[in-house]
Amino acid sequence: MKFLHDILEKQRPAFEKGGKLEKYFYAFEALETFMFTPATTAPAKGAHIRDAIDLKRMMMTVVIAMLPPLLFGIWNIGNLHYLALGQADATFMAKVMIGLQQSLPIIIVAYTAGALVEVPFALIRKHPINEGFLVTGMLIPLVMPPDIPLWQVALATIFAILVAKEVFGGTGMNILNVALTARAFLYFAYPTDISGTKVWTFLDGGKPIDGFSGATALGVVAERSTQISEAKSDFAGQAVAALADKTYAWMPDLFSFESMFIGTIPGSIGETSTLACLLGALILIATGVGSWKIIVSVFGGAYLTGLLLNGLAVNAYMDLPAHYHLVMGGLAFGAVYMATDPVSAAHTELGKWIYGFLIGVMTIIIRVFNPAYPEGIMLAVLLMNVFAPLIDYYVVQANKNRRLKRATV
Amino acid sequence: MSTQVADAKVEKVSEPLFSKKNRKLLVDPLDGNNPVTVQVLGICSALAVTVQMKPALFMALGLTFVTAFSNLFISFIRNTIPSRIRIIVQLAVVSLWVILVDQLLKAYMYDISKQLSVFVGLIITNCIVMGRLEAFAMANKPWPSLLDGLGNGFGYGIILLAVAFFRELLGSGSLYGYKIIGADSLTGLPYQGNGLMMLPAGACIIVGLLIWAQRARNGYAEDH
Repeated sequence: MKFLHDILEKQRPAFEKGGKLEKYFYAFEALETFMFTPATTAPAKGAHIRDAIDLKRMMMTVVIAMLPPLLFGIWNIGNLHYLALGQADATFMAKVMIGLQQSLPIIIVAYTAGALVEVPFALIRKHPINEGFLVTGMLIPLVMPPDIPLWQVALATIFAILVAKEVFGGTGMNILNVALTARAFLYFAYPTDISGTKVWTFLDGGKPIDGFSGATALGVVAERSTQISEAKSDFAGQAVAALADKTYAWMPDLFSFESMFIGTIPGSIGETSTLACLLGALILIATGVGSWKIIVSVFGGAYLTGLLLNGLAVNAYMDLPAHYHLVMGGLAFGAVYMATDPVSAAHTELGKWIYGFLIGVMTIIIRVFNPAYPEGIMLAVLLMNVFAPLIDYYVVQANKNRRLKRATV
Repeated sequence: MSTQVADAKVEKVSEPLFSKKNRKLLVDPLDGNNPVTVQVLGICSALAVTVQMKPALFMALGLTFVTAFSNLFISFIRNTIPSRIRIIVQLAVVSLWVILVDQLLKAYMYDISKQLSVFVGLIITNCIVMGRLEAFAMANKPWPSLLDGLGNGFGYGIILLAVAFFRELLGSGSLYGYKIIGADSLTGLPYQGNGLMMLPAGACIIVGLLIWAQRARNGYAEDH
């Protein structure tokens, strides 16, 4: 390693002020600091105490926290692949290999496409290449279905980094969550490749086993709810029954509460496992990188809305027990990794509670009342991203007014 | 004071039809003072009728026509309009031209009229038309007013066509109704239509990117 670093270090004068390649200093700097410890250290005398948690460490923490859903997702791609093809006795390694074969290209494409936008902008605007893009580049693959065409990943990444981030001034200035912008772009641009029943299980062109259905849990409930509404039959308990009915020879209890919690269900690569997301949440909360208030309030908002709908239930979907909402779809993933994005979330402490709670509420409302969008967390987070500054504004104003009142009395 | 006014009048009489000032009226709205990308007027119809280039073209022509002639007529009667009811008078004049455009489209281009639907009628509330009447025609002579109306109509039209160009090309792979890319097209290049471009949100993004490009080129910055 030392010798590699020496080679790199030898090139430094060319990139420094007055050097031949001065223009590309930030590209050089990014390469060096990503791979090696930066040469800058605190001086021997008169150093102020600094916290080690800079932007780079913070972003790396998020990347590490994303490992549980990623690893589980890789296994799950292979698992569903073999189950759907009727080869339930496939080994653990075979499943992981299939998963890697599908997910690694997506990750590589997302990073490459991101770099294609990020590096030119850093050079033009003369700022260091930011680490925020490490997180975005990893989040984007996690919210994609395993079967997504790679050119779509590249296009969505370029679009999101350009329109959601660079337009507003780069890292730390974005209004919307960049990874979700990428997903929303695909969702509206090429809906057939990112919704429906065909895309959530990687079949590799093979013929699936008899009775196979690639629908997600949310899709199953929505479909049953529509059927019952049309037939005008009794809806009580039908939502859970619809999920329980999906008991196949190839996968018993596909949508039982436990398997939805653990995540052995079809869905986007990283979103299926609530358990893995909670593990990631532990890392984020323990290191103080993610706000526990947002995570808790998203779950709380979703649960309370679910309960409220249970009380008012007029169709099967509204009758779905509230705790099922917490493990279905991408709610957990969105709550842990998307809603807590420190740039686009609310910044005030009270604001975080309101922001998270409304994300939870919106998610359930979109899920239950909008048949066109089976999953609501993406749109809910993006919507509340837009409202976050407003929430902050009113929280700060309320505080000002309170203090003013106290001062003038 | 009075001599100054008299001087100005004398100067204007001798002004050639396409003096530098008059040309500026015609050309300025195309770029530096564009009604859509700089003044951010007429956005509603810019989002609504730009899925394809053909309706966008006729919408642009219709609006240019209405703006130019409303400007001209209001300018003719500008000194006789009581200022308290000027908006009503302006609306009456504008609605005359709008109805004319609407009827013409219905009579000779029914398909386009169908596609543009309510947006032809809504030209009457288009901020560009009302804005030019208030800001220019009420205070200027007929000829400059006509030029100003034409210029602003063209400025709006350029943006409309640019947006429609990208939306139609990216959204359905065609231009002015002719398939350019994708299956069974002229070039036969593989292409999958981008659904986002078919939604008004796509137009919003394109307009935004156009504004970005224009501001980067002209060095325009928002005042704080």
